[in-house]
Amino acid sequence: MNIPSDLHYTKDHEWVRVDGEEALVGITDYAQGELGDIVFIELPEVGTKVVSGETFGTIEAVKAAADMYSPITGEIIAVNGQLDDSPELINKDPYGEGWILRICISDVKEIETLLSADEYMKLIDESA
Amino acid sequence: MPIPLIFELNKPAVLSSHIPESDIPHDVPGLPDEYRRATLNIPNVAEPEVVRHFINLSTMNHHVDKGFYPLGSCTMKYNPKINETLCMLPGFAALHPHQPVSTIQGALELMLMLEEWLCEITGLPAVTLQPTAGSHGELTGMFLTRAYHAARNDERTKVLIPDSSHGTNPASIVMAGFEPVAIPSDERGRIDVDALREALSPDVAALMVTNPNTLGLFEDHIDEVSDAVHDAGALLYMDGANMNALLGLAKPGDMGFDIVHLNLHKTFSTPHGGGGPGSGPVAVSAELEKFLPVPRIKKVTPPCSAGGESKGGVILDWNWDCPESIGQVHSFFGNFGVLVRAAAYIRSLGGKGLKNVAEIAILNANYLRSGLIDVYKLPYDDLCMHEVVFSADNQCINGLKGLDVAKRLLDFGYHAPTIYFPLIVHEALMMEPTETETVETLDAFIAAMRQIDRETRENPELLRDAPQSTPVARLDEASAARNLDVCYIEEK
Repeated sequence: MNIPSDLHYTKDHEWVRVDGEEALVGITDYAQGELGDIVFIELPEVGTKVVSGETFGTIEAVKAAADMYSPITGEIIAVNGQLDDSPELINKDPYGEGWILRICISDVKEIETLLSADEYMKLIDESA
Repeated sequence: MPIPLIFELNKPAVLSSHIPESDIPHDVPGLPDEYRRATLNIPNVAEPEVVRHFINLSTMNHHVDKGFYPLGSCTMKYNPKINETLCMLPGFAALHPHQPVSTIQGALELMLMLEEWLCEITGLPAVTLQPTAGSHGELTGMFLTRAYHAARNDERTKVLIPDSSHGTNPASIVMAGFEPVAIPSDERGRIDVDALREALSPDVAALMVTNPNTLGLFEDHIDEVSDAVHDAGALLYMDGANMNALLGLAKPGDMGFDIVHLNLHKTFSTPHGGGGPGSGPVAVSAELEKFLPVPRIKKVTPPCSAGGESKGGVILDWNWDCPESIGQVHSFFGNFGVLVRAAAYIRSLGGKGLKNVAEIAILNANYLRSGLIDVYKLPYDDLCMHEVVFSADNQCINGLKGLDVAKRLLDFGYHAPTIYFPLIVHEALMMEPTETETVETLDAFIAAMRQIDRETRENPELLRDAPQSTPVARLDEASAARNLDVCYIEEK
């Protein structure tokens, strides 16, 4: 399983790539593996305010539908429009082409509350 | 595609269909041109070819008349053929819902009888037969809940559900305008009563419980749950999808439930799941009866001149005069053919027979449980009711998942169990054998499950590439869901 060490993570299986005041968000390799083939994804509009820990959209796979939770508080500045037609990008490349949101972070200090790759790995091991 | 569509068998020279001359004038004034057509796209296929085409298709499908169908939560029991014979009687099958009530006294009597039997089975005094699916029954039950609180000027916004609930429960709650709130299960797989007490508030309209729950476990502290819910002024709703485990053994009304929906197509053996329509009657307590959908059936003493007088001097009629009713939830009177089949089933088994159904259903599920428990992980290790939920965690080796175990079962000629539900069990395999299977069938199924477990270690490709014995191999389920195309367009 691929858990890149340069990313931040949440207990809800999202990853965050921090770039200054912006955060690129997706779901982890573990999450896409557990969900199986992804069929639909429902995303919010650009400009939507998101709050960490609250749902921002849903993801539907062959075996179940799940809510997605924002890892951080801020405003959405981009969504991955390609996922409308090709949600399987999340299965194929969860940390690259399968990115989901770009968020302008309200308070960069909040990044410290996210999990490191090691901490996330530990969390998965415990739940397995 | 190995099998052509009936349209692709079209042989214009065969002339098997003869369309009579239209008896409607061709020059209907005002009929726009785009609504006129000169030809009908009906394939010309010789009768024996039509019969073979559909018989061959029917053998490609898996159904309960063909093989074991342990699809958990769906109660795929055998459907006795006498039910079909009886519901095809012209007095039932040839009725029109608009014909005069004096000519449908027998149909009304059957419905009234069925209502009374369902009251006896649920331990509740009133029932509506109108809803046409379990989820439809849930929605009706939630409308009744809303009407009950509204009549008391008590606005409540939330409905509680255990985290093991059927997915339709939160959907019905939202459709009826409530907010669903999940209650965690305890380590025994039952509702966590402390968490329930914490969640109960003057905002809570009801708790929806499936009993036995989706883990196949009886909610053995239902008395405590019932008291807590009622003390908070809320109603207790039972999703009766798993009623097959309780028939004749326990009544939801005695457990404190105010509203119960039943799935006639599951518990009372009518064809379903692509094989036929459903029926989801809702039984309620005396306090809620006045809110039931219209029309109800009433007994009236007829004036001497009235037609349709029955033997007892009583005539049955529709009662539309129920001012506090939530209204109609379906056109006409529900899926009447399903009601006839369910009534035939209840009548042919009787009270003792129905109790025996539940006993054998429980026995069969526990037989599967004890036959597989040393190989498949049982996360909630307890005696079960009518179904048992394993986890495929032990089989998730060599890159395999529960899905692969399910697909491999198809090669043995079995329908797969329900997988990945309930959500609280990782890699869930949910099996419901029902009472209609013999011990030989159960033994053969157990042997297949044990062989598949061995294959996960010794020959994982067999699982990864399964199924191989079915008309089509493993489907791309994502693209089937996204790009489903079932329309036939003739190629010119």
